[in-house]
Amino acid sequence: MAQTYFTEDHEWIRVEGDIATVGITNYAQEQLGDLVFVELPEKGRSIAKGDTVVVVESVKAASDVYAPLAGEVTDVNDGLSDNPGLVNSAAEKDGWLWKMKLADKAALDGLMDRAAYDATTA
Amino acid sequence: MAELGELKRLPLHDLHAAAGAKFGGFAGWSMPLTYPAGVMKEHLHCREATGLFDISHMKLFAVSGPQAAAALSRACPIEADGLATGQSKYTFFLNGDAGILDDLIVTRVDGERFVVVANAGNAEADEAHLREVVAGFNCRIDALDRVFLALQGPQAEAVARDAGLEIDGLAFMNGRETNDGGFIARSGYTGEDGFEIAVPLDAAQALAERLAADPRVEWIGLAARDSLRLEAGLCLHGQDITPDTNPVDAGLTWAIPKALRAGGSYIGADALAKAIANGPRRKRVGLKPDGRQPVRAGAALVDADGAAVGSITSGGFGPSFGGPVAMGSVDAAALEGPIFAEVRGNRMPLALHPLPFQPHRMRKG
Repeated sequence: MAQTYFTEDHEWIRVEGDIATVGITNYAQEQLGDLVFVELPEKGRSIAKGDTVVVVESVKAASDVYAPLAGEVTDVNDGLSDNPGLVNSAAEKDGWLWKMKLADKAALDGLMDRAAYDATTA
Repeated sequence: MAELGELKRLPLHDLHAAAGAKFGGFAGWSMPLTYPAGVMKEHLHCREATGLFDISHMKLFAVSGPQAAAALSRACPIEADGLATGQSKYTFFLNGDAGILDDLIVTRVDGERFVVVANAGNAEADEAHLREVVAGFNCRIDALDRVFLALQGPQAEAVARDAGLEIDGLAFMNGRETNDGGFIARSGYTGEDGFEIAVPLDAAQALAERLAADPRVEWIGLAARDSLRLEAGLCLHGQDITPDTNPVDAGLTWAIPKALRAGGSYIGADALAKAIANGPRRKRVGLKPDGRQPVRAGAALVDADGAAVGSITSGGFGPSFGGPVAMGSVDAAALEGPIFAEVRGNRMPLALHPLPFQPHRMRKG
């Protein structure tokens, strides 16, 4: 069963097997406002924790989305090229950003669950 | 960045909070950036119906007295005495090198009385500058404590009329003081028809509530104010024009009366006359990125060989234009060839685009 983790950088990570799907939280998209462009990574790119993987651009400003964990990008959400607003309308579902093969699943232990994350934005 | 707590609050802050505004710092003020509709819908609503903006961060001064016109003609490259009563003029405070200290609108509201509207970020410097310049003239400067609202959009006139505002016979770039001690001008920062309305503090809340209650009207935050003015090709001081930019390089020579282009008694006259004679060193131009990715203020511009040719001064997304829009300052010699913006290590091709991106729809009366 998939389990979802959260970071203090307002990302969610849904893990199935050793593949993680990463997006920004609904709280994050509310703070950013209407998105007009999402710069996605190359598939196959190796990423270290903390790397800038995605840049989301709102009407007003560009914001970095960092790798919450190390691994390799296996897929990106191509639908965002034509419809970046999907991140606003469905941040924690259809507005996912990329999928990655985790280098070390044990690193998930340092992340927050939903309740802990919600407490940080309350 | 200053914390929100250190920022000045608008007089109508609580009204914006109740309307669901998200606040952010701008020029020392805690400003409504967006309302619950969001920047995209707010922007489009302003173009389609009418938007209401709280621009009380901007500063109003009255300059009055027998030598008010002479004083303003020294402070700005204008012939203040040539303005008809009720006429507004877009102009500048220049430094000795003809660099733009601020851009402002001066309105002659009576024979010996003018209202000056200046930018928030420069309000204190402007007041000090103006007081220094006019010290030798027989006139006085009064800072006007007002709530300042802008009503902008194709239905602004109907809304203003229904709200009982004193707009009869008020054409674009005209203004007047009102019976309640306020000031109203037909002007704005969106490229749409509309009004800028200064109201004494005690009457402000009631007027703002009355205007906001009109079903044609939505509150518009600072984020959409910026995208609206960028589509309209209007300059933001501190970005598109600065003390290092003269009106010629900024493409704003049209704002200098013809009789003052070869010189005059205003501050910066000699330097400006030289700049006009020499032609622009660089130009403010509209730039359109290929594709959907916006370019932002500060991005470096290069030519095909990678040589620096300027920078983006304002950039973002134009909701009405339906794509990214930008203005940049580009070396005049580089405008013939291809131009690229450097964004996160990539070179993004840009096309020159005429300004404005969105046709102006002001009512010239």
